[in-house]
Amino acid sequence: MARLLNHERGGWILLAVLAVLAVVVPVANLAVPADSVFHVSTYTVTLLGKYLCYAMLAVALDLVWGYCGILSLGHGAFFALGGYAMGMYLMRQIGDRGVYGHPELPDFMVFLNWDALPWYWYGFDQFWFAMLMVALVPGLLAFVFGWLAFRSRVTGVYLSIMTQALTYALMLAFFRNEMGFGGNNGLTDFKDILGANLQADSTRAVLFVVTALALALAYLFCRLVVTSKLGRVMTAMRDAEDRTRFIGYRVERFQLAVFTASAVLAGIAGALYVPQVGIINPSEFQPLNSIELVVWVAVGGRGTLYGAALGAGVVNYAKTVLTGTLPEVWLFALGALFVLVTLALPKGIVGLWRRRQQSRRNLAHA
Amino acid sequence: MAFGDVASSLAGTLRMPDEPATRPPPRPRARWQMLERDRVWDFLIEKPTRDELLAADHGYILYLEDVTVSFDGFKALDALTLYVDIGELRCVIGPNGAGKTTMMDVITGKTRPDIGAAFYGQRLDLTRLSEPEIAALGIGRKFQKPTVFENHTAFENLELAMSADKRVWPTLKARLKGDERDRIDATLATIGLIEHGDQRAGTLSHGQKQWLEIGMLLMQNPLVLLVDEPVAGMTRRESELTAELLTRLAGDHSVIVVEHDMDFVRSIARRVTVLHEGRVLCEGPFDAVQDDERVREVYLGVDA
Repeated sequence: MARLLNHERGGWILLAVLAVLAVVVPVANLAVPADSVFHVSTYTVTLLGKYLCYAMLAVALDLVWGYCGILSLGHGAFFALGGYAMGMYLMRQIGDRGVYGHPELPDFMVFLNWDALPWYWYGFDQFWFAMLMVALVPGLLAFVFGWLAFRSRVTGVYLSIMTQALTYALMLAFFRNEMGFGGNNGLTDFKDILGANLQADSTRAVLFVVTALALALAYLFCRLVVTSKLGRVMTAMRDAEDRTRFIGYRVERFQLAVFTASAVLAGIAGALYVPQVGIINPSEFQPLNSIELVVWVAVGGRGTLYGAALGAGVVNYAKTVLTGTLPEVWLFALGALFVLVTLALPKGIVGLWRRRQQSRRNLAHA
Repeated sequence: MAFGDVASSLAGTLRMPDEPATRPPPRPRARWQMLERDRVWDFLIEKPTRDELLAADHGYILYLEDVTVSFDGFKALDALTLYVDIGELRCVIGPNGAGKTTMMDVITGKTRPDIGAAFYGQRLDLTRLSEPEIAALGIGRKFQKPTVFENHTAFENLELAMSADKRVWPTLKARLKGDERDRIDATLATIGLIEHGDQRAGTLSHGQKQWLEIGMLLMQNPLVLLVDEPVAGMTRRESELTAELLTRLAGDHSVIVVEHDMDFVRSIARRVTVLHEGRVLCEGPFDAVQDDERVREVYLGVDA
């Protein structure tokens, strides 16, 4: 691990922050009495857990965008698909406690007068199967999509537009009741996960810790990739694709592998997100979500991984505050932020910080 | 629209199979495949070893015979014949449009000659190998404009170029072994960048980038190096160092240098081939070539 984080102070800080959060937040929520100033409300735990899921999604995007130069505007789709796989498991756990009390069918299917479970819902009552699908479904979609796109050397802005279309198409499909994913209501009213009550504070605390751990592992995994020779090939093809091909690397295969791995990470982030927020619906596929995701990474500083996590935290905190106080301003603020970052901070907050360090060092030398 | 309607509307535009129709002429692709029937597929080639390639009886590593390439009637190469010895350093000069670049394209498989033979080593027919195959068999080409990976260090540039298993998974698992590290360091020393191994390639000077690119070629263990105008844009000092470098590389490698700069060619002072209008005008030691009447007329005359 020390090798992975050699000279990577931001990475150490990220891991330290996660470790502290994973200990302090649950303790402050469960052990500290509610009237103490150090008490953290369950609402805050859930909110922070949500940020951590977003941060993991941002790290996944940074791997393809920051290091391979593939700007995916559809990563929200992989996040949502992972979320749906988790949601299907949680739906099956409801059992006969639904409004209609059907032992097998989720409420929305009873409502639609379906009399049997569609085949693609089979197996989702098993946790291991659902977890497998969390990784497999986004991974498979990314693989097929990427295989078609990269093989035909579709890159740059065309690829971005296609990924945007992909997530939009999925949104329209998931809105349809016939798809069997609950239409525009999506999947909700979850009761428990692995036998533990989802409304209980302790379950939420565990989910929070698991999310922090997952983000740390995702970060380390990405770090492993980018510090390997594969990482150097990735940045090489980002900077000079033809040249990389010329010295013997099959660029499209590298792009495909990284794109798929990133989609799997996004799917896992989505699966952790759903039990914490308690709902997954087609609006998660909104193209806007994927664009917002790009803004997080850009604000934090792409090509740094920890910067992506930082950006996700900062922008989402701003969003929480702004949509709470001045809801109509948020979209303008988001747009302004994007313009500002593109023009003034091409390397994001991390870039700003690094430049500071650099100039301070130069001053010290002078 | 019912299916019947679709079918009848399609019938108007498409020819149905039972309709007596004139057979369309065979498409060029089919003909091309037929001509390629005797082509050597890459999985059938047993890659010749270095020694096998070098064991050419005639002592040539490359030979082009009566190679003709024409583009829309314009003969870029007109019965060009060129032999390159093993370990030779050869300069190819000629005015613009003499066919220097086309000659390199033929050798690297980018252009197929209309007529003529191009052989590499004993038995490898260059006209039947694809570009990547030729590159993998040890003919490296350095283009005029240096393209190094600017965000990587000089060391990493060489590491990326090093001959290795370049599939995704092995690349992820690859760790530099001691001997590979030594090889990279040795190459850095050869190209005079040992001091700059940890420097980002983007911050190197123009000349250093050119050397780095030659180094990247060397990492792929080539037998033949094709170098296109290596000293264009270099300072005098850099040109001298480049001449030294290329002279040093000859022997272990066969080096073909295409260059405009006569001072540079003079400083290498080896066998020179003068191309003119797609043919070899004259060939020999630099001084002899310089004194040749015809050469003075078409080329040096401008200079001298």
